[in-house]
Amino acid sequence: MAREDEFLEYVQSGGQVEVDDWMPDEYRARLRKFIEMHGNSELMGVLPEREWILRAPTLQRKLALTAKVQDEVGHAQLIYRVVEDLGKPREQCLDDLISGKSKFHNVFHYPTKTWGDVGVIAWLVDAAAIISQKALLKCSYAPYARIMKKICWEESFHILHGRDVILTLMLGTDDQRELVQEALNRWWGPLMQFHGNPIPADEDPMVVWRIKSQGNDEARQQFLDGYVPQIWELGLTVPDPELRKDEESGRWLYTEPDWDELMHVVTGHGPRTADRLDLRRQARENSAWVRQVLLAA
Amino acid sequence: MVSPVLRRVSERAQLLLEIADDELILGWRDSEWTGIAPFLEEDVAFSSIAQNEIGHARALYELAARDLGTTADELAFDRSPEEYRCSALVELRLPEWERTIARHVLYEQADAERLERLKTSGDEELAGLAAKIDREEIYHRLHAEMWAERLKDEPRYQAALEELRPLVERRNGGSTELTELWEEMTSVRRSQPAGTTW
Amino acid sequence: MIYEVFRQERKGQAFQHAGSIEAPDERFAEWYAREQYGRRGESTAVAREHVLPIEEFVDELNRNYHRVDGYPLKEKLKEARERAGTSKERAD
Repeated sequence: MAREDEFLEYVQSGGQVEVDDWMPDEYRARLRKFIEMHGNSELMGVLPEREWILRAPTLQRKLALTAKVQDEVGHAQLIYRVVEDLGKPREQCLDDLISGKSKFHNVFHYPTKTWGDVGVIAWLVDAAAIISQKALLKCSYAPYARIMKKICWEESFHILHGRDVILTLMLGTDDQRELVQEALNRWWGPLMQFHGNPIPADEDPMVVWRIKSQGNDEARQQFLDGYVPQIWELGLTVPDPELRKDEESGRWLYTEPDWDELMHVVTGHGPRTADRLDLRRQARENSAWVRQVLLAA
Repeated sequence: MVSPVLRRVSERAQLLLEIADDELILGWRDSEWTGIAPFLEEDVAFSSIAQNEIGHARALYELAARDLGTTADELAFDRSPEEYRCSALVELRLPEWERTIARHVLYEQADAERLERLKTSGDEELAGLAAKIDREEIYHRLHAEMWAERLKDEPRYQAALEELRPLVERRNGGSTELTELWEEMTSVRRSQPAGTTW
Repeated sequence: MIYEVFRQERKGQAFQHAGSIEAPDERFAEWYAREQYGRRGESTAVAREHVLPIEEFVDELNRNYHRVDGYPLKEKLKEARERAGTSKERAD
Protein backbone atom coordinates (compact mmCIF):
# COMPACT_ATOMS: atom_id res chain seq x y z
CA MET A 1 0.00 0.00 0.00
CA ALA A 2 2.82 2.36 0.84
CA ARG A 3 4.20 2.13 -2.66
CA GLU A 4 0.82 3.04 -4.13
CA ASP A 5 0.48 5.96 -1.77
CA GLU A 6 3.89 7.18 -2.81
CA PHE A 7 2.91 6.83 -6.45
CA LEU A 8 -0.28 8.80 -5.87
CA GLU A 9 1.62 11.57 -4.17
CA TYR A 10 4.14 11.53 -6.97
CA VAL A 11 1.61 11.97 -9.77
CA GLN A 12 -0.44 14.46 -7.81
CA SER A 13 2.57 16.69 -7.46
CA GLY A 14 3.17 16.59 -11.21
CA GLY A 15 5.38 13.54 -11.47
CA GLN A 16 5.62 11.92 -14.90
CA VAL A 17 5.42 8.20 -15.51
CA GLU A 18 7.20 6.45 -18.38
CA VAL A 19 6.34 3.08 -19.90
CA ASP A 20 8.87 1.04 -17.91
CA ASP A 21 8.20 2.70 -14.56
CA TRP A 22 6.38 0.81 -11.85
CA MET A 23 2.69 1.73 -11.65
CA PRO A 24 -0.19 0.44 -9.52
CA ASP A 25 -2.34 -2.15 -11.28
CA GLU A 26 -5.39 0.07 -10.95
CA TYR A 27 -3.60 3.01 -12.55
CA ARG A 28 -2.37 0.89 -15.46
CA ALA A 29 -5.78 -0.69 -16.01
CA ARG A 30 -7.73 2.57 -15.94
CA LEU A 31 -5.14 4.34 -18.04
CA ARG A 32 -5.09 1.68 -20.71
CA LYS A 33 -8.88 1.50 -20.91
CA PHE A 34 -9.11 5.27 -21.17
CA ILE A 35 -6.51 5.53 -23.88
CA GLU A 36 -7.99 2.59 -25.77
CA MET A 37 -11.39 4.29 -25.79
CA HIS A 38 -9.73 7.37 -27.23
CA GLY A 39 -8.16 5.34 -30.01
CA ASN A 40 -11.45 3.62 -30.73
CA SER A 41 -13.16 7.00 -30.93
CA GLU A 42 -10.71 8.44 -33.44
CA LEU A 43 -11.22 5.39 -35.60
CA MET A 44 -14.99 5.28 -35.37
CA GLY A 45 -15.18 9.04 -35.93
CA VAL A 46 -13.89 8.50 -39.41
CA LEU A 47 -16.88 6.44 -40.55
CA PRO A 48 -19.58 9.13 -40.34
CA GLU A 49 -17.26 11.55 -42.10
CA ARG A 50 -16.19 9.35 -45.00
CA GLU A 51 -19.58 9.58 -46.69
CA TRP A 52 -19.17 13.32 -46.84
CA ILE A 53 -15.74 13.29 -48.41
CA LEU A 54 -17.48 11.71 -51.33
CA ARG A 55 -20.31 14.25 -51.33
CA ALA A 56 -18.26 17.36 -50.54
CA PRO A 57 -19.58 20.14 -52.78
CA THR A 58 -16.26 21.77 -53.68
CA LEU A 59 -12.73 20.57 -54.32
CA GLN A 60 -11.38 22.53 -51.38
CA ARG A 61 -13.92 20.94 -49.01
CA LYS A 62 -13.10 17.52 -50.37
CA LEU A 63 -9.42 18.11 -49.73
CA ALA A 64 -9.94 19.51 -46.25
CA LEU A 65 -12.17 16.60 -45.23
CA THR A 66 -9.79 14.00 -46.60
CA ALA A 67 -6.95 15.65 -44.71
CA LYS A 68 -9.01 15.81 -41.52
CA VAL A 69 -9.94 12.16 -41.71
CA GLN A 70 -6.36 11.20 -42.49
CA ASP A 71 -5.26 13.02 -39.35
CA GLU A 72 -7.83 11.13 -37.32
CA VAL A 73 -6.71 7.72 -38.50
CA GLY A 74 -3.14 8.80 -37.87
CA HIS A 75 -4.15 9.72 -34.35
CA ALA A 76 -5.73 6.33 -33.85
CA GLN A 77 -2.45 4.77 -34.93
CA LEU A 78 -0.46 6.81 -32.46
CA ILE A 79 -2.88 6.12 -29.67
CA TYR A 80 -3.02 2.36 -30.22
CA ARG A 81 0.78 2.27 -30.16
CA VAL A 82 0.67 3.74 -26.67
CA VAL A 83 -1.90 1.11 -25.66
CA GLU A 84 0.30 -1.58 -27.17
CA ASP A 85 3.27 -0.45 -25.12
CA LEU A 86 1.00 -0.73 -22.07
CA GLY A 87 0.49 -4.38 -22.92
CA LYS A 88 -2.52 -4.70 -25.23
CA PRO A 89 -1.76 -5.34 -28.93
CA ARG A 90 -3.57 -3.32 -31.57
CA GLU A 91 -5.24 -6.37 -33.12
CA GLN A 92 -6.81 -7.16 -29.78
CA CYS A 93 -8.04 -3.58 -29.42
CA LEU A 94 -9.63 -3.82 -32.85
CA ASP A 95 -11.18 -7.20 -31.99
CA ASP A 96 -12.71 -5.78 -28.81
CA LEU A 97 -13.95 -2.72 -30.65
CA ILE A 98 -15.68 -4.77 -33.30
CA SER A 99 -17.18 -7.24 -30.83
CA GLY A 100 -18.57 -4.39 -28.75
CA LYS A 101 -16.46 -5.27 -25.74
CA SER A 102 -14.76 -1.89 -25.64
CA LYS A 103 -16.32 1.53 -26.01
CA PHE A 104 -16.04 4.70 -28.04
CA HIS A 105 -17.42 8.19 -27.51
CA ASN A 106 -21.16 8.80 -27.80
CA VAL A 107 -20.98 11.27 -30.68
CA PHE A 108 -19.75 8.64 -33.11
CA HIS A 109 -22.83 6.49 -32.65
CA TYR A 110 -25.07 9.04 -34.34
CA PRO A 111 -25.93 9.47 -38.03
CA THR A 112 -24.68 12.32 -40.20
CA LYS A 113 -27.68 13.30 -42.23
CA THR A 114 -26.68 16.44 -44.14
CA TRP A 115 -23.81 18.69 -45.10
CA GLY A 116 -24.87 20.77 -42.11
CA ASP A 117 -23.78 17.88 -39.88
CA VAL A 118 -20.32 17.99 -41.46
CA GLY A 119 -19.93 21.61 -40.41
CA VAL A 120 -21.39 21.14 -36.93
CA ILE A 121 -19.19 18.12 -36.26
CA ALA A 122 -15.98 19.80 -37.37
CA TRP A 123 -16.85 22.98 -35.49
CA LEU A 124 -18.50 21.85 -32.27
CA VAL A 125 -17.86 18.15 -31.78
CA ASP A 126 -14.17 18.66 -32.52
CA ALA A 127 -14.19 21.67 -30.19
CA ALA A 128 -15.62 19.55 -27.38
CA ALA A 129 -12.98 16.92 -28.12
CA ILE A 130 -10.16 19.44 -28.10
CA ILE A 131 -11.15 20.65 -24.66
CA SER A 132 -10.84 17.09 -23.38
CA GLN A 133 -7.61 16.63 -25.28
CA LYS A 134 -6.03 19.77 -23.88
CA ALA A 135 -6.81 18.42 -20.42
CA LEU A 136 -4.64 15.44 -21.33
CA LEU A 137 -1.55 17.45 -22.23
CA LYS A 138 -0.51 17.26 -18.59
CA CYS A 139 -1.31 13.58 -18.26
CA SER A 140 0.83 11.89 -15.66
CA TYR A 141 1.56 9.15 -18.17
CA ALA A 142 4.22 10.80 -20.33
CA PRO A 143 3.95 8.79 -23.57
CA TYR A 144 0.28 9.73 -23.79
CA ALA A 145 0.95 13.38 -22.95
CA ARG A 146 3.53 13.50 -25.73
CA ILE A 147 1.24 12.23 -28.46
CA MET A 148 -1.50 14.56 -27.23
CA LYS A 149 0.75 17.46 -28.15
CA LYS A 150 0.86 16.35 -31.76
CA ILE A 151 -2.84 15.54 -31.80
CA CYS A 152 -3.89 18.92 -30.39
CA TRP A 153 -1.73 20.73 -32.92
CA GLU A 154 -3.29 18.90 -35.85
CA GLU A 155 -6.81 19.44 -34.53
CA SER A 156 -6.36 23.21 -34.80
CA PHE A 157 -7.10 23.20 -38.49
CA HIS A 158 -10.07 20.84 -38.05
CA ILE A 159 -11.94 23.40 -36.00
CA LEU A 160 -11.10 26.20 -38.39
CA HIS A 161 -12.30 24.07 -41.27
CA GLY A 162 -15.55 23.43 -39.39
CA ARG A 163 -16.04 27.08 -38.66
CA ASP A 164 -15.36 27.98 -42.29
CA VAL A 165 -17.97 25.49 -43.50
CA ILE A 166 -20.51 26.88 -41.02
CA LEU A 167 -19.79 30.54 -41.77
CA THR A 168 -20.08 29.91 -45.49
CA LEU A 169 -23.43 28.23 -45.00
CA MET A 170 -24.67 31.00 -42.70
CA LEU A 171 -23.78 33.56 -45.37
CA GLY A 172 -25.59 31.56 -48.03
CA THR A 173 -29.15 30.72 -48.97
CA ASP A 174 -32.02 30.24 -46.52
CA ASP A 175 -31.82 26.51 -47.16
CA GLN A 176 -28.14 26.50 -46.28
CA ARG A 177 -28.75 28.36 -43.02
CA GLU A 178 -31.51 25.94 -42.23
CA LEU A 179 -29.08 23.03 -42.75
CA VAL A 180 -26.92 24.39 -39.94
CA GLN A 181 -29.74 25.06 -37.50
CA GLU A 182 -31.31 21.68 -38.12
CA ALA A 183 -28.01 19.88 -37.63
CA LEU A 184 -27.32 21.85 -34.46
CA ASN A 185 -30.73 20.89 -33.11
CA ARG A 186 -29.89 17.21 -33.54
CA TRP A 187 -26.34 17.40 -32.23
CA TRP A 188 -26.91 19.52 -29.15
CA GLY A 189 -28.01 16.62 -26.96
CA PRO A 190 -24.99 14.41 -27.74
CA LEU A 191 -22.70 17.44 -27.38
CA MET A 192 -23.96 18.16 -23.88
CA GLN A 193 -23.41 14.52 -22.95
CA PHE A 194 -20.00 14.32 -24.55
CA HIS A 195 -17.91 15.27 -21.54
CA GLY A 196 -19.56 12.67 -19.37
CA ASN A 197 -21.79 12.65 -16.35
CA PRO A 198 -21.24 15.19 -13.57
CA ILE A 199 -18.93 13.19 -11.29
CA PRO A 200 -17.07 15.62 -8.99
CA ALA A 201 -13.43 16.00 -9.98
CA ASP A 202 -12.09 14.78 -6.64
CA GLU A 203 -14.15 11.60 -6.96
CA ASP A 204 -13.10 10.98 -10.57
CA PRO A 205 -10.26 8.43 -10.59
CA MET A 206 -9.04 9.89 -13.86
CA VAL A 207 -8.44 13.23 -12.17
CA VAL A 208 -7.15 11.73 -8.92
CA TRP A 209 -4.48 9.82 -10.86
CA ARG A 210 -3.79 12.98 -12.89
CA ILE A 211 -4.62 11.21 -16.13
CA LYS A 212 -7.08 14.00 -16.83
CA SER A 213 -6.40 17.42 -15.40
CA GLN A 214 -10.03 18.48 -15.49
CA GLY A 215 -13.35 17.10 -14.29
CA ASN A 216 -16.30 16.44 -16.61
CA ASP A 217 -18.39 19.40 -15.53
CA GLU A 218 -15.45 21.76 -15.80
CA ALA A 219 -14.87 20.60 -19.37
CA ARG A 220 -18.52 21.11 -20.21
CA GLN A 221 -18.50 24.63 -18.75
CA GLN A 222 -15.40 25.41 -20.78
CA PHE A 223 -17.13 24.21 -23.91
CA LEU A 224 -20.21 26.33 -23.24
CA ASP A 225 -18.10 29.37 -22.41
CA GLY A 226 -16.18 29.09 -25.62
CA TYR A 227 -18.86 28.06 -28.06
CA VAL A 228 -22.31 29.26 -27.05
CA PRO A 229 -21.30 32.86 -27.79
CA GLN A 230 -19.99 31.69 -31.18
CA ILE A 231 -23.30 29.97 -31.86
CA TRP A 232 -25.44 32.90 -30.81
CA GLU A 233 -23.45 35.52 -32.69
CA LEU A 234 -24.35 33.77 -35.94
CA GLY A 235 -28.05 34.08 -35.18
CA LEU A 236 -28.40 30.38 -34.45
CA THR A 237 -30.46 29.10 -31.53
CA VAL A 238 -29.56 26.35 -29.10
CA PRO A 239 -32.45 23.91 -28.57
CA ASP A 240 -32.41 24.29 -24.78
CA PRO A 241 -34.70 26.98 -23.34
CA GLU A 242 -32.88 26.72 -19.98
CA LEU A 243 -29.47 27.55 -21.37
CA ARG A 244 -28.09 30.74 -19.87
CA LYS A 245 -25.08 31.98 -18.01
CA ASP A 246 -25.66 32.78 -14.37
CA GLU A 247 -24.00 36.17 -13.96
CA GLU A 248 -23.24 35.72 -10.27
CA SER A 249 -21.54 32.34 -10.36
CA GLY A 250 -20.23 32.69 -13.91
CA ARG A 251 -21.50 29.17 -14.59
CA TRP A 252 -23.77 28.06 -17.39
CA LEU A 253 -27.16 26.65 -16.45
CA TYR A 254 -28.89 24.16 -18.71
CA THR A 255 -31.39 21.36 -18.88
CA GLU A 256 -29.78 18.30 -17.31
CA PRO A 257 -28.61 16.01 -20.10
CA ASP A 258 -30.10 12.55 -20.38
CA TRP A 259 -27.45 10.42 -18.69
CA ASP A 260 -29.41 7.24 -19.32
CA GLU A 261 -29.28 7.93 -23.00
CA LEU A 262 -25.53 8.40 -22.79
CA MET A 263 -25.08 5.07 -21.01
CA HIS A 264 -27.39 3.37 -23.46
CA VAL A 265 -25.49 4.73 -26.46
CA VAL A 266 -21.93 4.08 -25.31
CA THR A 267 -22.78 0.51 -24.35
CA GLY A 268 -23.40 -0.12 -28.01
CA HIS A 269 -27.00 0.88 -28.64
CA GLY A 270 -26.62 4.10 -30.55
CA PRO A 271 -28.59 4.64 -33.78
CA ARG A 272 -25.67 3.78 -36.00
CA THR A 273 -23.51 1.65 -33.70
CA ALA A 274 -24.41 -1.71 -35.15
CA ASP A 275 -23.98 -0.95 -38.79
CA ARG A 276 -20.74 0.97 -38.33
CA LEU A 277 -19.24 -1.91 -36.37
CA ASP A 278 -20.57 -4.30 -38.99
CA LEU A 279 -18.85 -2.33 -41.72
CA ARG A 280 -15.54 -2.62 -39.87
CA ARG A 281 -16.09 -6.28 -39.13
CA GLN A 282 -16.81 -7.11 -42.76
CA ALA A 283 -13.84 -5.12 -43.99
CA ARG A 284 -11.58 -6.78 -41.45
CA GLU A 285 -12.71 -10.27 -42.41
CA ASN A 286 -12.34 -9.58 -46.11
CA SER A 287 -8.82 -8.26 -45.69
CA ALA A 288 -7.51 -10.94 -43.33
CA TRP A 289 -5.60 -12.53 -46.22
CA VAL A 290 -3.72 -9.26 -46.79
CA ARG A 291 -2.40 -9.20 -43.25
CA GLN A 292 -1.41 -12.87 -43.62
CA VAL A 293 0.54 -12.17 -46.77
CA LEU A 294 2.44 -9.37 -45.08
CA LEU A 295 3.30 -11.46 -42.06
CA ALA A 296 4.44 -14.35 -44.21
CA ALA A 297 7.34 -12.71 -46.04
CA MET B 1 -14.60 26.04 -89.88
CA VAL B 2 -12.98 26.25 -86.42
CA SER B 3 -9.84 28.40 -86.31
CA PRO B 4 -6.53 26.66 -85.50
CA VAL B 5 -6.16 28.72 -82.31
CA LEU B 6 -9.59 27.72 -80.98
CA ARG B 7 -9.03 24.12 -81.94
CA ARG B 8 -5.72 24.17 -80.06
CA VAL B 9 -7.29 25.67 -76.94
CA SER B 10 -10.08 23.20 -77.05
CA GLU B 11 -7.69 20.26 -77.54
CA ARG B 12 -5.65 21.39 -74.60
CA ALA B 13 -8.75 21.74 -72.46
CA GLN B 14 -9.85 18.27 -73.51
CA LEU B 15 -6.52 16.81 -72.50
CA LEU B 16 -6.55 18.65 -69.18
CA LEU B 17 -10.06 17.39 -68.49
CA GLU B 18 -9.06 13.85 -69.31
CA ILE B 19 -6.28 13.85 -66.73
CA ALA B 20 -8.22 15.89 -64.19
CA ASP B 21 -11.22 13.57 -64.45
CA ASP B 22 -8.97 10.54 -64.00
CA GLU B 23 -7.42 12.03 -60.87
CA LEU B 24 -10.73 13.23 -59.42
CA ILE B 25 -12.56 9.94 -59.89
CA LEU B 26 -9.60 7.87 -58.77
CA GLY B 27 -9.35 10.15 -55.74
CA TRP B 28 -12.97 9.30 -54.99
CA ARG B 29 -12.35 5.58 -55.29
CA ASP B 30 -9.24 5.77 -53.13
CA SER B 31 -11.22 7.68 -50.49
CA GLU B 32 -13.61 4.74 -50.28
CA TRP B 33 -10.98 2.90 -48.24
CA THR B 34 -11.27 5.44 -45.45
CA GLY B 35 -11.90 3.62 -42.21
CA ILE B 36 -11.86 0.15 -43.77
CA ALA B 37 -8.41 -0.45 -45.24
CA PRO B 38 -6.65 -3.73 -44.27
CA PHE B 39 -4.74 -1.88 -41.58
CA LEU B 40 -4.50 1.63 -40.25
CA GLU B 41 -1.30 2.57 -42.03
CA GLU B 42 -2.96 1.85 -45.34
CA ASP B 43 -5.98 3.89 -44.32
CA VAL B 44 -3.62 6.82 -43.89
CA ALA B 45 -1.77 5.92 -47.08
CA PHE B 46 -4.85 5.91 -49.27
CA SER B 47 -6.14 9.11 -47.68
CA SER B 48 -2.85 10.75 -48.50
CA ILE B 49 -2.83 9.44 -52.04
CA ALA B 50 -6.44 10.52 -52.54
CA GLN B 51 -5.59 13.99 -51.31
CA ASN B 52 -2.76 14.26 -53.79
CA GLU B 53 -5.00 13.08 -56.59
CA ILE B 54 -7.74 15.54 -55.77
CA GLY B 55 -5.12 18.25 -55.47
CA HIS B 56 -3.80 17.35 -58.91
CA ALA B 57 -7.32 17.37 -60.29
CA ARG B 58 -7.87 20.81 -58.83
CA ALA B 59 -4.72 22.24 -60.39
CA LEU B 60 -5.60 20.74 -63.77
CA TYR B 61 -9.20 21.93 -63.63
CA GLU B 62 -7.97 25.40 -62.77
CA LEU B 63 -5.85 25.51 -65.90
CA ALA B 64 -8.69 24.23 -68.05
CA ALA B 65 -11.13 26.59 -66.37
CA ARG B 66 -9.04 29.55 -67.37
CA ASP B 67 -9.02 28.39 -70.98
CA LEU B 68 -12.76 27.76 -70.94
CA GLY B 69 -13.85 30.79 -68.92
CA THR B 70 -15.29 28.90 -65.95
CA THR B 71 -14.17 27.67 -62.51
CA ALA B 72 -12.45 24.49 -61.35
CA ASP B 73 -15.41 23.47 -59.18
CA GLU B 74 -17.83 23.94 -62.05
CA LEU B 75 -15.72 21.72 -64.26
CA ALA B 76 -15.29 19.14 -61.52
CA PHE B 77 -18.93 18.89 -60.50
CA ASP B 78 -21.33 20.66 -62.83
CA ARG B 79 -20.87 18.66 -66.02
CA SER B 80 -23.16 15.76 -66.81
CA PRO B 81 -21.82 12.18 -66.48
CA GLU B 82 -21.57 11.84 -70.28
CA GLU B 83 -19.16 14.76 -70.41
CA TYR B 84 -16.52 13.23 -68.15
CA ARG B 85 -13.42 11.97 -69.93
CA CYS B 86 -12.02 9.62 -67.33
CA SER B 87 -10.76 6.12 -67.97
CA ALA B 88 -13.04 3.13 -67.34
CA LEU B 89 -10.29 1.91 -65.01
CA VAL B 90 -10.90 4.63 -62.43
CA GLU B 91 -14.70 4.50 -62.60
CA LEU B 92 -15.01 1.04 -61.10
CA ARG B 93 -15.82 0.50 -57.49
CA LEU B 94 -13.25 -2.08 -56.33
CA PRO B 95 -13.89 -3.14 -52.74
CA GLU B 96 -11.33 -5.96 -52.97
CA TRP B 97 -7.79 -5.10 -51.97
CA GLU B 98 -6.12 -7.08 -54.77
CA ARG B 99 -8.15 -5.26 -57.41
CA THR B 100 -7.50 -1.89 -55.80
CA ILE B 101 -3.76 -2.54 -55.81
CA ALA B 102 -3.89 -3.84 -59.37
CA ARG B 103 -5.61 -0.64 -60.44
CA HIS B 104 -3.12 1.42 -58.46
CA VAL B 105 -0.21 -0.29 -60.23
CA LEU B 106 -1.73 -0.04 -63.70
CA TYR B 107 -2.79 3.55 -63.26
CA GLU B 108 0.54 4.74 -61.92
CA GLN B 109 2.38 3.15 -64.86
CA ALA B 110 0.09 4.74 -67.42
CA ASP B 111 0.09 8.06 -65.61
CA ALA B 112 3.89 8.12 -65.41
CA GLU B 113 4.08 7.75 -69.19
CA ARG B 114 1.46 10.43 -69.66
CA LEU B 115 3.23 12.86 -67.38
CA GLU B 116 6.51 12.23 -69.19
CA ARG B 117 4.83 13.18 -72.48
CA LEU B 118 3.45 16.35 -70.92
CA LYS B 119 6.78 17.34 -69.43
CA THR B 120 8.33 17.28 -72.87
CA SER B 121 5.30 18.66 -74.70
CA GLY B 122 6.48 22.19 -75.43
CA ASP B 123 3.47 23.63 -73.62
CA GLU B 124 5.44 25.38 -70.90
CA GLU B 125 2.62 25.86 -68.43
CA LEU B 126 1.37 22.32 -68.76
CA ALA B 127 4.91 20.94 -68.64
CA GLY B 128 5.55 22.88 -65.43
CA LEU B 129 2.41 21.55 -63.76
CA ALA B 130 3.17 18.05 -64.98
CA ALA B 131 6.61 18.25 -63.37
CA LYS B 132 5.11 19.31 -60.03
CA ILE B 133 2.53 16.55 -60.16
CA ASP B 134 5.18 14.04 -61.11
CA ARG B 135 7.24 14.90 -58.04
CA GLU B 136 4.29 13.89 -55.85
CA GLU B 137 3.47 10.87 -57.98
CA ILE B 138 6.89 9.43 -57.20
CA TYR B 139 5.53 8.45 -53.81
CA HIS B 140 2.42 6.89 -55.33
CA ARG B 141 4.61 4.81 -57.60
CA LEU B 142 6.74 3.74 -54.65
CA HIS B 143 3.62 2.69 -52.80
CA ALA B 144 2.25 0.76 -55.76
CA GLU B 145 5.60 -0.96 -56.30
CA MET B 146 5.99 -2.04 -52.71
CA TRP B 147 2.55 -3.63 -52.79
CA ALA B 148 3.09 -5.18 -56.22
CA GLU B 149 6.22 -6.81 -54.84
CA ARG B 150 4.31 -8.25 -51.91
CA LEU B 151 1.33 -9.49 -53.91
CA LYS B 152 3.09 -10.69 -57.03
CA ASP B 153 2.67 -14.37 -56.14
CA GLU B 154 -1.01 -14.06 -55.27
CA PRO B 155 -3.18 -15.55 -58.04
CA ARG B 156 -6.05 -13.19 -57.26
CA TYR B 157 -3.76 -10.22 -57.76
CA GLN B 158 -2.52 -11.53 -61.10
CA ALA B 159 -6.10 -12.16 -62.14
CA ALA B 160 -7.02 -8.59 -61.20
CA LEU B 161 -4.18 -7.19 -63.33
CA GLU B 162 -5.42 -9.15 -66.32
CA GLU B 163 -9.00 -8.11 -65.70
CA LEU B 164 -8.23 -4.40 -65.40
CA ARG B 165 -5.46 -3.89 -67.92
CA PRO B 166 -7.82 -3.50 -70.94
CA LEU B 167 -9.67 -0.71 -69.16
CA VAL B 168 -6.77 1.70 -68.88
CA GLU B 169 -7.31 3.37 -72.21
CA ARG B 170 -11.04 2.89 -72.45
CA ARG B 171 -12.82 6.19 -72.06
CA ASN B 172 -16.58 6.26 -72.25
CA GLY B 173 -18.31 8.93 -70.22
CA GLY B 174 -21.70 8.14 -68.79
CA SER B 175 -21.14 4.52 -67.71
CA THR B 176 -23.44 3.16 -65.00
CA GLU B 177 -20.65 3.18 -62.43
CA LEU B 178 -19.74 6.76 -63.21
CA THR B 179 -23.35 7.92 -63.23
CA GLU B 180 -23.98 6.42 -59.78
CA LEU B 181 -20.82 8.00 -58.47
CA TRP B 182 -21.74 11.32 -60.04
CA GLU B 183 -25.20 11.29 -58.44
CA GLU B 184 -23.70 10.91 -55.01
CA MET B 185 -20.78 13.24 -55.64
CA THR B 186 -23.02 16.08 -56.76
CA SER B 187 -26.05 15.53 -54.51
CA VAL B 188 -25.20 18.33 -52.06
CA ARG B 189 -24.19 20.72 -54.81
CA ARG B 190 -27.34 20.11 -56.82
CA SER B 191 -29.53 20.78 -53.78
CA GLN B 192 -28.97 24.52 -54.26
CA PRO B 193 -28.96 26.76 -57.35
CA ALA B 194 -25.85 26.91 -59.53
CA GLY B 195 -23.32 29.40 -58.23
CA THR B 196 -24.14 28.80 -54.56
CA THR B 197 -21.08 29.05 -52.35
CA TRP B 198 -20.24 26.07 -50.15
CA MET C 1 7.73 -4.90 -36.82
CA ILE C 2 7.97 -1.70 -34.84
CA TYR C 3 10.07 1.15 -36.13
CA GLU C 4 11.01 4.13 -34.00
CA VAL C 5 10.77 7.48 -35.73
CA PHE C 6 12.98 10.47 -34.99
CA ARG C 7 12.40 14.00 -36.15
CA GLN C 8 14.65 16.96 -36.59
CA GLU C 9 12.64 20.14 -36.00
CA ARG C 10 15.20 22.43 -37.57
CA LYS C 11 18.58 21.93 -39.21
CA GLY C 12 21.34 21.74 -36.66
CA GLN C 13 19.02 20.51 -33.92
CA ALA C 14 19.25 17.05 -32.48
CA PHE C 15 16.89 14.38 -33.74
CA GLN C 16 14.11 13.77 -31.26
CA HIS C 17 12.00 10.69 -30.85
CA ALA C 18 8.64 11.44 -32.42
CA GLY C 19 6.87 8.12 -32.06
CA SER C 20 6.71 4.70 -33.62
CA ILE C 21 4.94 2.91 -36.44
CA GLU C 22 4.20 -0.63 -37.37
CA ALA C 23 5.29 -1.93 -40.79
CA PRO C 24 6.12 -5.26 -42.45
CA ASP C 25 9.53 -4.10 -43.66
CA GLU C 26 11.82 -1.13 -44.25
CA ARG C 27 10.24 -0.13 -47.49
CA PHE C 28 6.80 0.10 -45.92
CA ALA C 29 8.25 1.70 -42.80
CA GLU C 30 9.86 4.49 -44.77
CA TRP C 31 6.67 5.14 -46.69
CA TYR C 32 4.48 5.13 -43.59
CA ALA C 33 6.87 7.21 -41.51
CA ARG C 34 6.83 9.92 -44.12
CA GLU C 35 3.03 9.98 -43.95
CA GLN C 36 2.81 9.97 -40.19
CA TYR C 37 5.71 12.19 -39.26
CA GLY C 38 6.91 13.87 -42.43
CA ARG C 39 3.88 15.97 -43.24
CA ARG C 40 3.71 19.70 -42.89
CA GLY C 41 7.41 20.29 -43.28
CA GLU C 42 8.87 18.05 -40.58
CA SER C 43 11.88 15.95 -41.46
CA THR C 44 12.21 12.41 -40.16
CA ALA C 45 14.34 9.35 -39.93
CA VAL C 46 13.35 5.81 -39.08
CA ALA C 47 15.47 3.71 -36.82
CA ARG C 48 15.20 0.47 -35.05
CA GLU C 49 18.05 -1.67 -36.17
CA HIS C 50 18.42 0.56 -39.22
CA VAL C 51 18.47 4.26 -39.91
CA LEU C 52 16.91 5.41 -43.15
CA PRO C 53 16.97 9.02 -44.30
CA ILE C 54 13.50 10.26 -45.28
CA GLU C 55 13.07 13.07 -47.77
CA GLU C 56 10.75 15.90 -46.89
CA PHE C 57 7.16 15.50 -47.86
CA VAL C 58 6.60 16.97 -51.28
CA ASP C 59 3.99 19.68 -51.40
CA GLU C 60 4.02 21.02 -54.91
CA LEU C 61 0.51 22.35 -54.94
CA ASN C 62 0.25 24.45 -51.80
CA ARG C 63 -1.78 22.56 -49.27
CA ASN C 64 -3.05 25.61 -47.43
CA TYR C 65 -6.36 23.81 -46.95
CA HIS C 66 -4.46 21.77 -44.43
CA ARG C 67 -2.94 24.62 -42.49
CA VAL C 68 -4.20 27.35 -40.26
CA ASP C 69 -3.16 29.98 -42.81
CA GLY C 70 -5.58 28.45 -45.28
CA TYR C 71 -8.55 29.75 -43.30
CA PRO C 72 -8.80 33.53 -43.34
CA LEU C 73 -12.10 33.77 -41.52
CA LYS C 74 -12.01 37.36 -40.31
CA GLU C 75 -14.02 38.78 -43.18
CA LYS C 76 -16.61 36.03 -43.21
CA LEU C 77 -17.04 36.24 -39.45
CA LYS C 78 -17.50 40.00 -39.60
CA GLU C 79 -20.11 39.65 -42.30
CA ALA C 80 -21.92 36.86 -40.49
CA ARG C 81 -22.07 38.88 -37.29
CA GLU C 82 -23.45 41.84 -39.20
CA ARG C 83 -26.07 39.69 -40.82
CA ALA C 84 -27.12 38.26 -37.45
CA GLY C 85 -27.09 41.71 -35.87
CA THR C 86 -24.58 40.69 -33.28
CA SER C 87 -21.54 42.69 -34.31
CA LYS C 88 -19.97 44.89 -31.64
CA GLU C 89 -17.50 47.74 -31.94
CA ARG C 90 -14.09 46.16 -32.20
CA ALA C 91 -10.87 47.94 -31.51
CA ASP C 92 -8.92 45.97 -34.13
